[in-house]
Amino acid sequence: MSTNERIGVYICHCGSNIAQTVDCGALTEYAKTLPGVVVAKEYKYMCSDPGQDLIKKDVAENKLTRVVVSSCSPLMHEETFRTAVEDAGLNRFLFQMSNIREQVSWVHKDKVKATEKAKKLLRAAANRVLHQRPLERREVPVMPEVVVVGGGIAGIEAALRLADAGKKVHLVEKEPTIGGHMARFDKTFPTLDCAACILTPKMVSVGQHPNINLMVCSEVEEVSGYTGNFKVKVRKKATCVDNEKCVGCGVCWEKCPAKKISSEFEEGLANRTAIYIPFPQAVPKRPVIDRDNCIYFKTGKCKVCEKFCDRKAIDFEQKDEVVELTVGAVIAATGFETLDPRELPRYGYGRFDNVLSPLEFERMTNASGPTAGKVLLKDGTAPKSVAILHCIGSRDEKHLKHCSRVCCMYSLKFAHLVEEKTHAEITNFYIDIRAFGKGYEEFYHRLLKEGVTFVRGKAAEVTDVVEAPEEQGKLVVVAEDTLLGKVRRVPVDMVVLSTGLRARSDAGHMAHVLGISRSADGFFLERHPKLGPVDTPTEGIYLAGACQGPKDIPDSVAQGAAAAACALSLIVRGRVVLEPVTAEIDEKKCAGCKLCIANCPYSAIEYDEGKKVSVVIEALCKGCGTCVATCPSGAARQKNFEDAQISSEIVGILASM
Amino acid sequence: MRRYGYFPGCSLMVTNRAYSISATRVARELGVELAEVSDWNCCGATAYLALSEAKAFVMSARNLALAEAEGHDTLVAACSGCYVVLRKTGKYLDEKPAVRSRVTKALAAGDMTYNRTVKVRHLLDVLVNDCGEEGVRARVKKPLEGLKVAAYYGCQVGRPFGEADDPEFPVTMDRLMGWLGATTVDFPVRAACCGGLTMTTEPDLGMEMTGRILRVARERGADCIATACPLCQINLEAYQDKIGRKLGTDLRMPVVYFTQLMGRAFGLSSQEVMAQDSLTDVSAVLA
Ligand SMILES: Cc1cc2nc3c(=O)[nH]c(=O)nc-3n(C[C@H](O)[C@H](O)[C@H](O)COP(=O)(O)OP(=O)(O)OC[C@H]3O[C@@H](n4cnc5c(N)ncnc54)[C@H](O)[C@@H]3O)c2cc1C
Ligand code: SF4
Ligand code: SF4
Repeated sequence: MSTNERIGVYICHCGSNIAQTVDCGALTEYAKTLPGVVVAKEYKYMCSDPGQDLIKKDVAENKLTRVVVSSCSPLMHEETFRTAVEDAGLNRFLFQMSNIREQVSWVHKDKVKATEKAKKLLRAAANRVLHQRPLERREVPVMPEVVVVGGGIAGIEAALRLADAGKKVHLVEKEPTIGGHMARFDKTFPTLDCAACILTPKMVSVGQHPNINLMVCSEVEEVSGYTGNFKVKVRKKATCVDNEKCVGCGVCWEKCPAKKISSEFEEGLANRTAIYIPFPQAVPKRPVIDRDNCIYFKTGKCKVCEKFCDRKAIDFEQKDEVVELTVGAVIAATGFETLDPRELPRYGYGRFDNVLSPLEFERMTNASGPTAGKVLLKDGTAPKSVAILHCIGSRDEKHLKHCSRVCCMYSLKFAHLVEEKTHAEITNFYIDIRAFGKGYEEFYHRLLKEGVTFVRGKAAEVTDVVEAPEEQGKLVVVAEDTLLGKVRRVPVDMVVLSTGLRARSDAGHMAHVLGISRSADGFFLERHPKLGPVDTPTEGIYLAGACQGPKDIPDSVAQGAAAAACALSLIVRGRVVLEPVTAEIDEKKCAGCKLCIANCPYSAIEYDEGKKVSVVIEALCKGCGTCVATCPSGAARQKNFEDAQISSEIVGILASM
Repeated sequence: MRRYGYFPGCSLMVTNRAYSISATRVARELGVELAEVSDWNCCGATAYLALSEAKAFVMSARNLALAEAEGHDTLVAACSGCYVVLRKTGKYLDEKPAVRSRVTKALAAGDMTYNRTVKVRHLLDVLVNDCGEEGVRARVKKPLEGLKVAAYYGCQVGRPFGEADDPEFPVTMDRLMGWLGATTVDFPVRAACCGGLTMTTEPDLGMEMTGRILRVARERGADCIATACPLCQINLEAYQDKIGRKLGTDLRMPVVYFTQLMGRAFGLSSQEVMAQDSLTDVSAVLA
């Protein structure tokens, strides 16, 4: 093949990493025989400054138009060499790299064969570089505002950090109040500080912060756009209360005659009214009408709240409102769910009165909860013995394979609270005690000293079958004590099931809306398990808290702050560079079949109704190539991965030497 | 008529023939043909499985291959032991290449092949879940009104596979009994092991385990125990006097197959459901 292009080839020794297995001299000589190659050189470290200078000098002196480097993986130094080529005055895409370290010298021993392979890879790169085209990178501005989805402790932390930095934050919360799970706890492990005392001030700050736009009873319906420029559609559900007029005086919920509605916040252990706030410290302190249970909505008569509200804040006609926000970044902080203990009927939840879920127990021990903090049996008396069963549903092939991380610790907290409030005999059944955090092991030892009994063995069942007189009228926990090698039956008055944490049942939907993925356990998937725990593959969308995996409060707060920092770093930069390695669709060839639109995982293709063709939104395209493979008319093309480029590369590898 | 491959298993040929006969009979009432796979052999349970797993897999695989050759996509086992071994074989053939190649070789010696297309299911699962509430209720002629049943599943219906119901707290049979017009008692030992063969090898242990099931059924006010496995049935009916004497309590309790109760509700005679084979006094239940 004859060509006017002038290629420079540079072979790197990588110290002895490459040179000891590949005959770099022979490779350099071979390079000189390839079409278009006018310069071929070898050097000890191409990535070093003198190495890069070699390229720059040759571009100037030998009028090179294309450059090939045979060295390490492009993941390692493609950016380095592209920049060097650019500095030398060539377009950065008129460059190709061949990997003769990870793909050759590190995986082969036979020097002759390795050198042969290196030659083929080099020939492929030199063939390909002839077909490369100059491409321009684009910079786009980053919108300065951020949406945080979910107002649990993680979302609260992220929102406050951003707002304190002077950035406008829209906090979208599904429920009528922020606070998430933490708002329902009495004490928090391992220090046992009062959850309300540490959480309420933060909730109040969120409510009052001039930079936070708090939207409760709201959900994100759609996210479109791209890094730095997301369009987020939020549906604010009608609450039938005008929050501007309402002052939260509470007359309405005092007077509302529909009083026997099971309270979600209290896990059904107490009732609420139809117009209600979930709990006294709710933020915002504004009631909402639960239309399903409101007498007016059911029968057309009542409106008692309206009569009593002297602020005229009740509005039965209120409609849902859809708001569209334009933001630079989105933080997902939607939290978790606890496993429903009904899924494990052997533990008797729902069959026996005094078998409790962990959230029921949290409410029971809460000073402002349904029993004013007293641990009570269904008959109103205090239990004399309580069993706490760890790992219910967790580390279980049939339910949640993962360890839920916080259950051991909240079980210890429960044991302490029972001990403090009732002096009951307490037995914990566990597989392992996972007291992994700071101060956690110490907390475990404190519990051991408090006289709590620990049986190493996962509870097999909770039964009322009586095998001995002392079991009469009791709940019997059956477990194999693996330290004794014996099956034990422990009769108790109350059983608390420490059920595991799982991804929310709507996590799949949320992931779809946000365009992110989930790991096998259902939680949102981070970009890298170690080095990108807060990022997602989409720059500008970050994760915080238990939506990414089971987490305690300290970790959720840390991740909330980290997500805020990531969002800030993007916003403060002000601009993002968009890589031009995207797809494009040839208008003339496109048949308008829309197959590509259906298959694009990033929703990066639009349909132009006027021209009746599909159009790639460059800023959204991640260059995955799905559309190119899908398109039956060959209209979709991917820049820098064009057919000629790829086939010339393949020929370079496969043709005989 | 729905047609399934049927694997009766050895015990259902003689000792527990009442189970097989009543099962085939009520299945027919429900429009289900249990087509016995011809030339079947022992599933490989008990001794084989314990001493040489590979032999057990080959024996089970031969049955699966026969069912496949007869065009069945499902093989129904009435005995919980057979069900577990056949199902385990299917699973191992799917998941373990070593087992697969060994079994393939053994089958080839007998000019047989098996392409892993047969699903193994328990009779209880098939009759309840495939025939459904409507199908069953439509056949009921003599509802079992007033009958209080202890629905006893034993361990292997649910464990280890747990594919059709909760492995530890199954409710399939309870639902069925409701459709037949009976009620079931709260029976926490529903999925406890009856002791299986320990009744012969470790009689003290076996008697303790079976005794507990009988005792709880009486405590909970059951009129009878319904079973879904020949081994459970034998343990519960054949040893109740002996265990009672040993423990010094009366443990007598009619024990019947769930299929016999179905038969009675469908209006079959006590003869047709083989009540005459019972070792306990079932006159009040199957009359
Ligand atoms: C019983 C129990 C006791 C615990 N005790 C402790 C303890 O003592 N100490 C400790 O450190 N940790 C404890 N934890 C762990 C603690 O609950 C979590 O670490 C913490 O709640 C995680 O916070 P989060 O904000 O990520 O999630 P969450 O608290 O679950 O908050 C998520 C928020 O997002 C909202 N949301 C969800 N989906 C959407 C959506 N689509 N749109 C808008 N909003 C949405 C939810 O309504 C909620 O307000 C305990 C956990 C349990 C189950
Ligand atoms: S009575 Fe009116 S002002 Fe008072 S809390 Fe209710 S809606 Fe708000
Ligand atoms: S209309 Fe009546 S029932 Fe409905 S919220 Fe108002 S007071 Fe309560």
